[in-house]
Amino acid sequence: MSIRPFHDLGGQPAGPLDRHEHPTTFFEKRIDAMLMLLSDGRRRLIRVDEHRRTMEQFGPQLYWKLPYYERWLHSMTSLMVEKGILTREDIDARIAQIHARNTQSGD
Amino acid sequence: MQARFATGDRVQVLDRVHSGHMRTPGYVRGRVGRVVRVVGPMLNPEQLAYGHCGVPGKMLYRVRFRQHDLWPEYAGGIHDSLDIELYEHWLAAQAPRTGRTE
Repeated sequence: MSIRPFHDLGGQPAGPLDRHEHPTTFFEKRIDAMLMLLSDGRRRLIRVDEHRRTMEQFGPQLYWKLPYYERWLHSMTSLMVEKGILTREDIDARIAQIHARNTQSGD
Repeated sequence: MQARFATGDRVQVLDRVHSGHMRTPGYVRGRVGRVVRVVGPMLNPEQLAYGHCGVPGKMLYRVRFRQHDLWPEYAGGIHDSLDIELYEHWLAAQAPRTGRTE
């Protein structure tokens, strides 16, 4: 059988499953909402196939390091940059702005 | 778009080299299953994944496999099956099985 990509997991040994439910965090809800908005019928800025492809391109090291929703976040930002909708500078500047605001308000 | 396969046809999943995004997982590659539903034409996800328009589309099928055919050490019932949706360009016609039912 041909060599499988690292993210093709069906049938691979996985050990016991953790079936505990955990509450959804605000961060996770926010990331989910962002992807829904970017991929809805009106905007169509991200296709699910692009989203998967981008995460598959992380390579195993980054892919396995990131929790589920952080993979989504990384994928969304790199797709926005890839498509020329945002630049890395736009994103960094906005992060710095939010960081400064939070620091000022004493969070 | 004309469907190459019909419900009931036996098909083998191609095990070919493909770099880039695809929706054909390794565990079905090379395996033989049976078409249980012609889902219809879809935009090609292997193209959509790279920002292309996905045209020409690809016919999508629901294909049923016996769990025993997928997992050599499967311990469940002989009639247990798995359904998965696969695109036409990943399927090859397979001669009908004679003398037994799946």
